[in-house]
Amino acid sequence: MKYIDEFQDPDLAARLLDDIRATVTRPWALMEVCGGQTHSIIRHGIDQLLPDEVELIHGPGCPVCVTPLEVIDKALEIASRPEVIFCSFGDMLRVPGSGRDLFQVRAEGGDVRVVYSPLDALRLAEENPDREVVFFGIGFETTAPPNAMTVHQARRRGIRNFSLLVSHVRVPPAIEAIMQSPDCRVQAFLAAGHVCSVMGTAEYPALAERFRVPIVVTGFEPLDVLEGVRRTVRQLERGEHTVDNAYPRAVPPEGNPAARAMLDDVFEVADRAWRGIGVIPDSGWRLSARYRDYDAEHRFQVGDITTLEPAECRSGEVLQGLLKPHECEAFGTTCTPRTPLGATMVSSEGACAAYYLYRRLDLPARPGSRPSPAGAPTAGGTTAVRVPNREDSSVV
Amino acid sequence: MCLAVPGRVLSVEDRDGTRMATVDFGGVVKEVCLEYLPDLRVGEYAIVHVGFALQRLDEESAHRTLELFENLGMLQEEFGDPWEQAAQAGDSDGLGREVQR
Ligand code: SF4
Repeated sequence: MKYIDEFQDPDLAARLLDDIRATVTRPWALMEVCGGQTHSIIRHGIDQLLPDEVELIHGPGCPVCVTPLEVIDKALEIASRPEVIFCSFGDMLRVPGSGRDLFQVRAEGGDVRVVYSPLDALRLAEENPDREVVFFGIGFETTAPPNAMTVHQARRRGIRNFSLLVSHVRVPPAIEAIMQSPDCRVQAFLAAGHVCSVMGTAEYPALAERFRVPIVVTGFEPLDVLEGVRRTVRQLERGEHTVDNAYPRAVPPEGNPAARAMLDDVFEVADRAWRGIGVIPDSGWRLSARYRDYDAEHRFQVGDITTLEPAECRSGEVLQGLLKPHECEAFGTTCTPRTPLGATMVSSEGACAAYYLYRRLDLPARPGSRPSPAGAPTAGGTTAVRVPNREDSSVV
Repeated sequence: MCLAVPGRVLSVEDRDGTRMATVDFGGVVKEVCLEYLPDLRVGEYAIVHVGFALQRLDEESAHRTLELFENLGMLQEEFGDPWEQAAQAGDSDGLGREVQR
């Protein structure tokens, strides 16, 4: 019970945990969708505080992690061109493409810049009319509206030397794909709070009904996660499967209508590849026909770059909850945040990196080869003894 | 990356036909676009993602969240120098942004 002290309100955390313990009677597997939730869960040891019956499976909700290798390679190709100023969020700098990453492209003379907001990239385009400014538009429904607004502004203000390399993804089709996978073990979802701040909750009842799974909109602060788990377990034990909103302070049912309208104007739904998983139908957006001129893939003719993922990396299984990160043979040996084989080891929201940062010292020796089957103890279960490592101790 | 951080509106203005605000995130001040929350007023709080206000937030939950982020070093992650963080990721044992603190 040591780590409960780290919660903002330890009493409330203890009460939520008591309630979950009192409710649960048999094993359940819940998937948290959002990478921010994964980070929070591992950092605070929430999975270890929960009763053994409640297993948290870490879903594909880190935008950096699911951006396909092919798109990274396109980004690297565009960023290497002398006329280009390539703008990105900081998280993408170290994501490995086939050979290098954006950090290296910059070291080799590429003009790569990190911006806080896509509007900063648009300003750069205005200030540098003789250069081509490209913004790397990745992310889920939370990040798509800012990028949509930026393209809209570029067109409205006649800024022609700006374009977007788009790799936006949507959560509901991913939930559908996970539920349709023959190996699926997921029995309920904690839906991503900030995605729902934009999109609202209207997309979820049909999914809950069709797959008979509870879907609980959940924030990513530790107490929010506990409350989401509590409500989910209650539904599971009662045999219910409805959409519930455990994060109403940031999620009105209708989301943000202005942002949704802009998404509909600037983007159109398209098939998207997810790194490690493959193509999921209708799972993302591309620029709609009216904005095609602002599509960097089109402008720089990189549409024919195709790349295969390294076979060694099992992030696809990790992202679908079929494997825990430390059960991958490369984890902590050939694959570390310094030498990542897969994107889930790069971003601190990726499950592999989160395990590496907060768990590698307390993990049991790696099981010889194959993952432990469902129900067997894992690091999230009873076998691991949690020892604070240096990252943790500097936090408290 | 999907982190949305609560901030308090310090001032609002119209720039090139776009509604913009200066927003305070526990000491760090940034320019934020209000086009998706046009009726947000000075003194109010909103959750902000990559320079866009996406939802209004009440003051108390905004404070709680900011305090938590501050304690966890997440504001530094969000607003710190990304090149330094990426360089650290390259030559330290863990992700730069974590170990650095
Ligand atoms: S530990 Fe590395 S190689 Fe293994 S799944 Fe994670 S990112 Fe891929």
